[in-house]
Amino acid sequence: MKRLPVLALLLWVCAVFYVGIFLFVGGFLLVRLEVNRSSTCEDVLLPDSGGDFCWREPRFRRAVVLIVDALKADFAQYDPGNMSPRPYENKLPVIEELVSSHPAHAGLFTFLADPPTTTMQRIKGFMTGSLPTFIDVGNNFASSAVLEDNLVHQLVQAGKHVVFMGDDTWENLFPKKFHRSLPFPSFNVKDLHTVDDGILQNIYPTLKGDDWDVLIAHFLGVDHCGHRYGPDHPAMAEKLTQMNGVIRSVIEHLQNDTLFVVMGDHGMTETGDHGGESQKETEAALFLYSQSPLFPGPRSQLKPEVVPQTDLVPTLALLLGIPIPYSSVGQILTPLFPLDGQTTSGPADLTQSEALWINAKQVNRFLETYSSMAKDISPESLSRLKADFTRLSAQYLSTVQQGRPPSPEVLRSMQGYLTSARETCRASWAKFNPLKMAAGLAVLAAACVLCFVLSELSAAVVSVDGVGLRAPAVVGLVGGASVAGLQAASLGHVDAAWCLAAAAFSSEVVFLWRVPGISSASRASQRLLRFPLLVLFLRCCSLLSDSYVIAEGRVVTYLLFSLCLYVPLRLNWEGFLAATTPPDAQKPPGALQPLALPAWVVRREGGVLLVCVGVLVGSLYLSLALHGCREEQGACQPSPFLSPLARVQDSRRRNLHYVLSVAALGAWTYLLYRWLCHYGNLNHAGAAVFAARWLLPLASMLTGLHWAASSTPEDRFRSLAELIALAQVVLPRGVFSLLGLGMLLLWLDPLTVFLKPRALAHTRGPSRPRPRYRASTGISPQAELHHLIPQLYQRIRHSLEDGVTKEGPEEGSRPAVEAYGLGTVYSAPLLLLYGLLGLGLLLLHPESMAPAFLLLLMEGGALLYLHATSTTLSSQQVTHLNSFTVPWAPVVLWSLAATQFFHATGHLPTFPSIQWSAAFVGFPQGHTGTTIPAMLVVLNTFTSHILFAVACPLLLFWPFVCEVKSGHGWRGGTEESEDVIMEMRLRENPQQFSSALLHLATRYLFVCGVQVFASVCAAAILRRHLMVWQVFAPKLMFEASGFLVSSAFVFVGVALVMRVDVAVSRLFKRLLPESSR
Amino acid sequence: MWDSEIRAMASAHAIIASSVFMATVVPAVLVENFSVYRTHLVWLYSVCGAVAAVNVAVFGLLGVSPPAKKHTLHHKVSRLVKSCLHFLLFLSCSSSAVVVLYGALFWSKSTLETFSLSVLLSTLTTLRCLCVLGPNVQAWIRVFSRDGAMSVWDTSLQITAGCSVVGAWLGAFPIPLDWDRPWQVWPISCTLGATVGFLTGLVAAPVWIHWHRKQLTYKSK
Repeated sequence: MKRLPVLALLLWVCAVFYVGIFLFVGGFLLVRLEVNRSSTCEDVLLPDSGGDFCWREPRFRRAVVLIVDALKADFAQYDPGNMSPRPYENKLPVIEELVSSHPAHAGLFTFLADPPTTTMQRIKGFMTGSLPTFIDVGNNFASSAVLEDNLVHQLVQAGKHVVFMGDDTWENLFPKKFHRSLPFPSFNVKDLHTVDDGILQNIYPTLKGDDWDVLIAHFLGVDHCGHRYGPDHPAMAEKLTQMNGVIRSVIEHLQNDTLFVVMGDHGMTETGDHGGESQKETEAALFLYSQSPLFPGPRSQLKPEVVPQTDLVPTLALLLGIPIPYSSVGQILTPLFPLDGQTTSGPADLTQSEALWINAKQVNRFLETYSSMAKDISPESLSRLKADFTRLSAQYLSTVQQGRPPSPEVLRSMQGYLTSARETCRASWAKFNPLKMAAGLAVLAAACVLCFVLSELSAAVVSVDGVGLRAPAVVGLVGGASVAGLQAASLGHVDAAWCLAAAAFSSEVVFLWRVPGISSASRASQRLLRFPLLVLFLRCCSLLSDSYVIAEGRVVTYLLFSLCLYVPLRLNWEGFLAATTPPDAQKPPGALQPLALPAWVVRREGGVLLVCVGVLVGSLYLSLALHGCREEQGACQPSPFLSPLARVQDSRRRNLHYVLSVAALGAWTYLLYRWLCHYGNLNHAGAAVFAARWLLPLASMLTGLHWAASSTPEDRFRSLAELIALAQVVLPRGVFSLLGLGMLLLWLDPLTVFLKPRALAHTRGPSRPRPRYRASTGISPQAELHHLIPQLYQRIRHSLEDGVTKEGPEEGSRPAVEAYGLGTVYSAPLLLLYGLLGLGLLLLHPESMAPAFLLLLMEGGALLYLHATSTTLSSQQVTHLNSFTVPWAPVVLWSLAATQFFHATGHLPTFPSIQWSAAFVGFPQGHTGTTIPAMLVVLNTFTSHILFAVACPLLLFWPFVCEVKSGHGWRGGTEESEDVIMEMRLRENPQQFSSALLHLATRYLFVCGVQVFASVCAAAILRRHLMVWQVFAPKLMFEASGFLVSSAFVFVGVALVMRVDVAVSRLFKRLLPESSR
Repeated sequence: MWDSEIRAMASAHAIIASSVFMATVVPAVLVENFSVYRTHLVWLYSVCGAVAAVNVAVFGLLGVSPPAKKHTLHHKVSRLVKSCLHFLLFLSCSSSAVVVLYGALFWSKSTLETFSLSVLLSTLTTLRCLCVLGPNVQAWIRVFSRDGAMSVWDTSLQITAGCSVVGAWLGAFPIPLDWDRPWQVWPISCTLGATVGFLTGLVAAPVWIHWHRKQLTYKSK
């Protein structure tokens, strides 16, 4: 059997997928590190003042900030010449009136948002002054609170009272910061009025009172109206007119020391959506007004048309007399600050040069801190910025020390510095990289094709010397190296992503190009339009719709159920289930003459089939009761099994759940133990058997005890508190180490075969019982097993010796050694690994999830038996040699089941639903590092992917495991040659074994990979969709990480099979000389 | 003989299809506030009743059903009882299948709707089986295999039953979408899908058989 080439091929396929995912994600997800430092009043920013500037009298004591969600730039403009305005035009005349009548008091700007233009990201943006990305690393996923320094934080630090009303997103972003807060639900897009009316009821009383310094009100009506009707609808006119009234009446309430800001957080497209980076989405309106003069200079020449959204933060901060938040990269709005020499209301006001200097110094400080933490800003631009700053700080300081106002050139260069700093950050944080996304898509598409071709041609590929991997590998290396060389020559540095892309893509192309040469002989015409592939296609399509992704748990269950009903229906359609029908005489000529199974076998297999479908359907149905709920699913109750037992108040329910869980745990262990015992894998005294016999039950016992300890409510059993705390540390760690030991032993000695020398005379008796499986007899299992596979070794020896000695078959075939458990030599260790892993993963879940694991085991088993019986039944038509390869239906079923149990173990593809408590199992005091908790959480999240991926090779073995029952005696009268040899059939055909294993693994990877590809496509196509950051991007992340984990564990499973194969070869080598002597 | 059988089938199917149509139109005249969506169950049961009655009548008149061996009253009654039992058996089977397949809950407030869907499905599939094949499960299993059809009626049964089930299956697809249409409510889209599938089957069966009449050969029993 070819071991290394198969593993190398799998590794290569996985690597190609990884490169594709890496490329796409690198272009799609914008990643930024959060700097968790805050500015303080003590920061020495002004060269002359010495002390902090918080004590200076601010220009404005109070501010009213009205945020009108999705207030597009066009909405705020007023064109008196427009006689027939559209519903969204000319609806805010108050702005135009104020700007034209009081040019020194009011100003209208175009407020340029950065993508992603979604509300939460925008709020973060104009409160921190930074460029929030989809993933702000360091962000606490569990809650969305803003941890970076921000305006609200600074205002609270300065002792100001911030009052908030409106969109409840703010309450999540800034919990417990507001002096008073009136959040209203924002989720229902169809509701245009709840939030706005709520604000309107409260804003005027608040304005009249004086328990506030900063009032923030966030209106959602315009945005919701856009989502529901689009901008070009009478409802929009109504909504904008209402906003006009709001602005007008708020202005009436303003006092002289109050700054009034009206702004939109983003725009909207023609259809009222937002999220992307088109001009219509990014251009919002910004309107500033104050009763006292706001713009010291003459307005016409100074008015900047376009203001980036980040610029609001430093401007507001300096106008209100608080430090600029630490991570802001914005630039002050210069027209609001007086030039040196211009007089304003107060002498203490910051001049333009002072403000710019403070701003530049703060940005420089942030860049220094950030570049020491992360490397994603290119070093050249950083050093250029640094040089700029050094130069202009020298110029500025020298002029200030001479007591002269800085020259306009210095001011211009400071502005230039701030602009280029912002652009540098923007380039690395706030832009999709379409080229990388396209490259990632191409590599992934090619990888899917490659995987498919590889699975279809596995037999041909394996028979080629070196599996044809050498040329792709060489070409890939050359491609990668040449791109690296080109980059080094032209750009001066090497971008690893592009080198990898070139390597992956060129190797894929070379392999696919060589395919016609490999496959010329063995290409069988395959129909692609088959139901299992149709189901897979539907599943992929479902990833492109947000509704289907939200309802994914049910959708997958539905598809799974359809496919599992399809299997018996197809068997019936082919006539395999009707045993009484004689072989049809009128078949088209040329078809294989079907091998007729005896009626009783067909009937029994049909029964098994029905039972399997029943178990499958039952466990699917029960598993629906274990799902969690997304926040988008309004009327959904999360399963009561999802909460940890310690949180259950009702003690009767708690006890019930505990008993249920322990029963499920016991059943899990018992079923596995029973199966191993049944096939004679527990007779040997080896390490693997030790793990199965002792470690597995012991670990499950400790798990049960751990649950008992962890589910006790804290207030009871006070006297035992210390013991319980100790148990919560010791027991899970004990289980982990037992399971780790078990897996290690399994890898070191995976054989579960018991050898027994056998007296020759004893076997020679003609009345030797045929090996037959009898499940329910009174004989003890041990005694029963003696009859199970006694002749296996005989068969092996027979085939091995045939070429060596020309002994008569009667003499040569006498067994000299009996081998118990040889029939399941491959599947037993795999199953044991599955059991051990499952137990460990169960420990990471809430206690009540144990029934879900039992369902998982039962469903897996039912799928395996379904596959086995359908293989047996269809063997009436297909010759037995072909049955090594696994058809599509079970592979697709297996992969869908993995996704289905992802949901049935209480997981969801959203970040808030990650079960963080898994990180504290066995570590109740927390961790020092981040590796262990991250690993535990990943293991917890992808439990079902892991279990199904590891057990994937079982699909290949199960038809052989069930061979005993199908009884090959019907084949003919030749008793001796038709012994049941189960998995040894695989060993006899090493070439086919390796090709079938490759076939199965690549098919499974294909099924998973196509789903990743579909979700990548969804993210790429729908990157401007409203739900992209709520649904598609998290789904992409989960699908991609699920693929990573699945492929790794498929690899583990295949590697374990290879390891067993090595051990079996060694065993035979040891035995052969002895017996042939 | 072929053509006459196909013609008979086409007319029988036309009658059944028109019965579905009538079952939609007549209650609209008779019942106040009738609407396929809002008073869905009324529509559903009127379709069920109409299809059942017309099926039994048409197949009884055509004499497609396997002839009874004895023509005693006792035999006829026992046959009727057996048919009813079979219908109930398959009704319960299909209702549990529907419940599980769509993930509906047994005890939720839509139990009646779920049950009604399975009544409709059984009427569209099982009742025709009963009419064509009689209460003989072996024959039913046989019919749904590739070489199992023994007459034109068996083939038409295959096609209509398959189309109804596929229609009901496809009917579940729009349910998760957030379009807020009245027909997306459980189980309206599924019943509509099943009915549309059934009608398609009724049309498709004679056409298909006519098209393939050269290839179709039936064994005698």
